Amino acid sequence: MADKEMVRFAIDGQEVEAEKGTMLLPVALEYGFEIPHLCYHEAVSPYGACRLCLVEVTKRGRTRLTTSCNYPVDEGIDVTTDSEDIQRARRMILELLLARAPHSERIKKLAYEAGIKETRFSLMDVGDCILCGLCERVCREVVGADAISFISRGDKRDVGPPFADPIACIACGACVYICPTDCIKMEERGDERTIVKWNRTLKMQECKSCGKPFAPLFQLNWIIDKVNLPKDFYDLCPVCRAGR
Amino acid sequence: MKKAQLEKILKRYDYQDSDLLAILQDVQTQENYLPRKTLEEVAERLAIPLARVYKLATFYRTFSLTPRGRHLINVCLGTACHVRGATMVLERLKRDLGVKAGGTTKDLRFTLDTVRCIGCCSLGPVVVINEEIFGKLNQEKAAKLLKEYN
Ligand code: SF4
Ligand code: SF4
Ligand code: FES
Ligand code: FES
Repeated sequence: MADKEMVRFAIDGQEVEAEKGTMLLPVALEYGFEIPHLCYHEAVSPYGACRLCLVEVTKRGRTRLTTSCNYPVDEGIDVTTDSEDIQRARRMILELLLARAPHSERIKKLAYEAGIKETRFSLMDVGDCILCGLCERVCREVVGADAISFISRGDKRDVGPPFADPIACIACGACVYICPTDCIKMEERGDERTIVKWNRTLKMQECKSCGKPFAPLFQLNWIIDKVNLPKDFYDLCPVCRAGR
Repeated sequence: MKKAQLEKILKRYDYQDSDLLAILQDVQTQENYLPRKTLEEVAERLAIPLARVYKLATFYRTFSLTPRGRHLINVCLGTACHVRGATMVLERLKRDLGVKAGGTTKDLRFTLDTVRCIGCCSLGPVVVINEEIFGKLNQEKAAKLLKEYN
């Protein structure tokens, strides 16, 4: 295989270096530049849905606004992260996001920081989901359960399990954790765990030693199957297993 | 859809999941909709997640997850047809068929839908039934058209 090709370019006047083809956003974040973003997570592939990570890129004398999470870096580009134009576009995007997710602490904070007190758009009743797609990507790319996906399109676009039936969901909670607006809730009652948004409730495995329920049975069996672990691998919770 | 029929379609595409779109199109053409059970079988036979099949099946307007009527009526609501009274035609068809736009009659005879300009504006108001175009319509003419189909 060929050696990694490194490229050099500038962010807000500072010279930086990265492997050719890596996405701009993670490089900028690593160098300490602050670019707001909602639909990017290093664990999954970029998608460019929220439009918040806008920057200006000048390449061969031409400047344009582009999302940085899915922009592959190249030699000699010149990146600006906070111009007037960017701020104006960002404010508009934040107002739109605020209309979809008025209860999201993270979006409220971003809006506040951008100087927005309230949105001019009418609030939408979509349960705070901004259709960033992080949940469906983490479920497919990391968990591998493929339990949920985007559904329909246009103003009917939504995310959820096929036929509203969460049969493939193992209630692992990865989507709960990754959702930027906190709109996928998880509840644990007794020995049951529920992923509220997908309407999935599963029994949890009780630790054979301390008796505490610690993870959905279905999830554990699924992992055992997938990675070929011994059947009794999850008899003990992580705490008790570590103490042995 | 019968298992053997689906198998025939899948075979046509050599069980390639990259041809999922074409496979769904063939199912839609044969059944006039995409039955849930068939979609589940497609997922199983191609060894792909049902979520992926469902995503595609709900994305395209040509697909329907509920049975469609034997005859598809599309009322053009493009600007030209609109100013010539397309909404009156639509209202009349809705009333006569007893369905909303996008709806299907209980006897599965008709599905009523709307489109935005089909490119023959000078004929407006225009209605397309199955593949056939009818122009210069008014309420009465549109209502009469329905009699030609069963
Ligand atoms: S909780 Fe269910 S939907 Fe969410 S990532 Fe895990 S398997 Fe997928
Ligand atoms: S539920 Fe959360 S993670 Fe999933 S698309 Fe909506 S906002 Fe994004
Ligand atoms: S983080 Fe780039 S578009 Fe959302
Ligand atoms: S507007 Fe109806 S055909 Fe153009």
